[in-house]
Amino acid sequence: MDTAVNAEARVRTWHGVLHKVLVANDIRLVTYVPDNVLKPLLADIHGDPFFDAFCVTREEEGLGIISGAWMGGKRGVLLMQTSGFATLPNVLASLCTAFQIPALMIVSERGTLGEFNYGQALVLKTMRPVLDSLALEHHTCTRLDELEFIADRTIKQAVATQAPAALILSPLLTGGKVLKP
Amino acid sequence: MTNSANSAGRATRESNTRPLNRFEITKRMVAKLTQGEAVIGGIGNTNFDLWCSGQRPENFYMLGSMGLAIPIALGVALAQPSRKVIALEGDGSLLMQLGCLSTVAIRAPRNLIIIVMDNGIYQITGAQQTATAASVDLVAVARACGLAASHWAADEADFDALFDAAQERAAPSLIALRIDDQAAVGQTEREPARIRDQFMRGIGAKGNRPVTQSPSNKI
Repeated sequence: MDTAVNAEARVRTWHGVLHKVLVANDIRLVTYVPDNVLKPLLADIHGDPFFDAFCVTREEEGLGIISGAWMGGKRGVLLMQTSGFATLPNVLASLCTAFQIPALMIVSERGTLGEFNYGQALVLKTMRPVLDSLALEHHTCTRLDELEFIADRTIKQAVATQAPAALILSPLLTGGKVLKP
Repeated sequence: MTNSANSAGRATRESNTRPLNRFEITKRMVAKLTQGEAVIGGIGNTNFDLWCSGQRPENFYMLGSMGLAIPIALGVALAQPSRKVIALEGDGSLLMQLGCLSTVAIRAPRNLIIIVMDNGIYQITGAQQTATAASVDLVAVARACGLAASHWAADEADFDALFDAAQERAAPSLIALRIDDQAAVGQTEREPARIRDQFMRGIGAKGNRPVTQSPSNKI
């Protein structure tokens, strides 16, 4: 049962805050490529009939779907991890940016603060330079007390300016993924 | 030529002994659009011929992002479930994003029609062969992904029958055609912001134009 007490407790977690902000901004379509850190957010979203959420086979595909949905009048978001973001520059440039589509991306940040996979650590080095090279708005969320403000304002700016935007979820916020002994 | 009434849905890529022409088929399809159907043209010759078939406000012309005509069409279809949405895609583009067929099959939108123009070459980059020229049967791939209503069109009449059935079907459909190696008859104007704005107004997502409602027995 989603009682008022449960809802209150959920909002005190990073995934609860993001859930609330997505609902408040009418973002109903959620596409994602699975990620371990995003698991509680995906569970929240799948548990709420407000959302139409499903897994896609590649991040590019998810960006295409939410771009089409935006043009059709429905707001969406793509959830992924850092290495998935690294597959997106062509689509971000030639579809979302060129056509002025406010594609919203939420990226679980791998490759830093205790990363155990050298490939993840390297691919992270490309993420912010790609976002900056396309002049795309992005914010790294590190603190629970700032998360609602950053997420809500980022979404509102993306829609108002018709530009893609990324929310990067730092391990400082989510705990990240660590190698279990 | 096969008898269209009997062959609809039973052709194979090889049974299409006379390759069809993309522009002719595109015009033929566009002539059947009377319900405000949205059409997403994939990159290159596919959307060039769509452009040249008449610039309907419900058409969207992709200018990059190779392989994403079907995902974009799926997004439009999910946003507007009462409007039929048609994705026009080439064989090379679809080969780049085969996974989208599994997503379409799982989501099973009632209002999505996929048209695949298969000439077995990356025509726009110099006619290098695609995998469909060697071994890949895209209709078989689509069926294996779970898209049961996937068929080769043997000829123009067969395409007509398959398209009419797809418009009536409350499930996603895929129609593939073996086409010739003719280049498109023209090119799009490359103004993405204007294309997107016109498309959104054309399908009622922006401005005051009402969303076209299909009769309930259509969807």
